Amino acid sequence: MPPTTDNQLVQQARAGEFQAFELLVSRHEGPLYAAAWHLTHNHHDAQDVVQNTFLSAMEHLGSFREESSFATWITRIALNFALKVLRSRKQRATVPLEAPDGEGQTVPVPEYIADWTTDPARTVQRRELRAILDEAVAQLPEGQRLVFVLRDVQGLSVRETAQALDLTEGNVKVRLLRARLALREVLTRRFGDPATRRQPHVHDHASAEDKT
Amino acid sequence: MKCQDLLKILNEYVDGDIDPAVCQELEKHLAGCNPCKVVIDNIRKTVSLYKNDQVYELPLDFKQRLHQALQDKWKKQGSPPSDKPEGQGS
Repeated sequence: MPPTTDNQLVQQARAGEFQAFELLVSRHEGPLYAAAWHLTHNHHDAQDVVQNTFLSAMEHLGSFREESSFATWITRIALNFALKVLRSRKQRATVPLEAPDGEGQTVPVPEYIADWTTDPARTVQRRELRAILDEAVAQLPEGQRLVFVLRDVQGLSVRETAQALDLTEGNVKVRLLRARLALREVLTRRFGDPATRRQPHVHDHASAEDKT
Repeated sequence: MKCQDLLKILNEYVDGDIDPAVCQELEKHLAGCNPCKVVIDNIRKTVSLYKNDQVYELPLDFKQRLHQALQDKWKKQGSPPSDKPEGQGS
């Protein structure tokens, strides 16, 4: 039996099946979270964006039109919430909440209680890798960053990315090319093996048919 | 084909969305141009790193909270109405 499409799940959810909606969420929550993270650079905000997006999508499921994909639709909702976060961040002043060191405290109370992951070393490696990847994306100009995040992190198609950002497909392609090349440049400086470094070609190696 | 020409169609090649004739020409270039081959490989690895679910994993406690919040709202809401969500135009 072929897998159920997103649109079929939307129809089932509209008919009152919560499981269908939950399956839609499970399909899209991972990539959407990664995209929200790249847009907000804050775990708490990224989680808020994802939760608000799916709550809003549930509330307004009746208005989803099948001309766009479910992924494009929720991306537009998520972008709107992410932009709100970024705007309010600009307005908000930070106020320290903690008492000065050592004052008013007796024995420190354990606050964060959770089982350790089975492999802390791997967790740390993953975090380090993530920090390098985040830093590289953060360096992209915003127009390129949005396109890259939607297309390559979230996995939307070129067409869906264009729809979500109100851009032409041509514009998405140009921005995506620049973004990928820029990231490749940064990451190769981090991960490239200097022993295998090659010089870019100056075109003296063009084949006979290329020569005029 | 020159390296510069290859760069312009690099995404289409990496994404497997390229005209077969152009693809053949591109691969002919790659066979004789090691730097381009490395760049293509770098780009593929770059994209796959960012797509890696394990690097950008949804925190488990958040996943549980999210699904609980959705279930609560579903019960409260009954059936979904059909007005516009916040992200849908104006």
